[in-house]
Amino acid sequence: MRTAAAEERDPGLQPERTRLAWRRTTLAATVAAVLAMKTALHGGVSAASVVTCALICALWLTFLFLAHHRIRSLAATPVPRALAPRHATAAILCTAAMAACGAALVL
Amino acid sequence: MLGDAKGFRRMPGDKVQPVIEFARNVRLWFEPQEIREEGDTPDYRFSLANERTFLAWLRTAMALIGGGFAVDQFLPDLRWAWRVGLALALLGAGVLCSLRAVNHWMRCERAMRRGEDLPVSRFPALLSLVVAVVAVAMVVVVLVGWEG
Repeated sequence: MRTAAAEERDPGLQPERTRLAWRRTTLAATVAAVLAMKTALHGGVSAASVVTCALICALWLTFLFLAHHRIRSLAATPVPRALAPRHATAAILCTAAMAACGAALVL
Repeated sequence: MLGDAKGFRRMPGDKVQPVIEFARNVRLWFEPQEIREEGDTPDYRFSLANERTFLAWLRTAMALIGGGFAVDQFLPDLRWAWRVGLALALLGAGVLCSLRAVNHWMRCERAMRRGEDLPVSRFPALLSLVVAVVAVAMVVVVLVGWEG
């Protein structure tokens, strides 16, 4: 089944569409991170706001790294493996942590 | 399990069942080998389609989180309680949405490996209700907030 799938042409360009979906998601993460940093620096620069900004930057970089890793592994072979659950969990943990930063900033 | 329906009739004793399954799924998030041992590997295109659906839900979650920040930043004239309440509601919805995204992705992946039907879910309906309520609340709050 795997080899048959590899030999036939993939009219849906599935790996490419998935790569683009990762890019779009990274873009969404960027927008969320920029809004988060605007919130953090709204009340002026203080030690706490700088630390929060650094944390948000780190989360964004982690997400970027995850997305880039997945994009590369999708591009590497014609029949890519399914997404690893650990990878998916890491991606949502970045998102949830950003929301937690947001809750801390808003309160 | 965050609103995922598993049949409409449920016995009173069945309330624990979704909790147990959710806990088992959480364990699977970190144990990728176990999912590979189960059933057959589906056509890679189905897995990739499942992955894109997961990413679409993740973007929805990020949009909700971004919306939470936007409420906090761009509605400064609101009373503190309303502003913080709306922002926290949106942030919470974002977190819920992202957790549910990975859980649903996992359940779909397992169902495909076992050759079962894909799981159905009440979550999209719930989320759209929440978004509608927040949108109406925001319209009311902005109108009232600018009046007084």
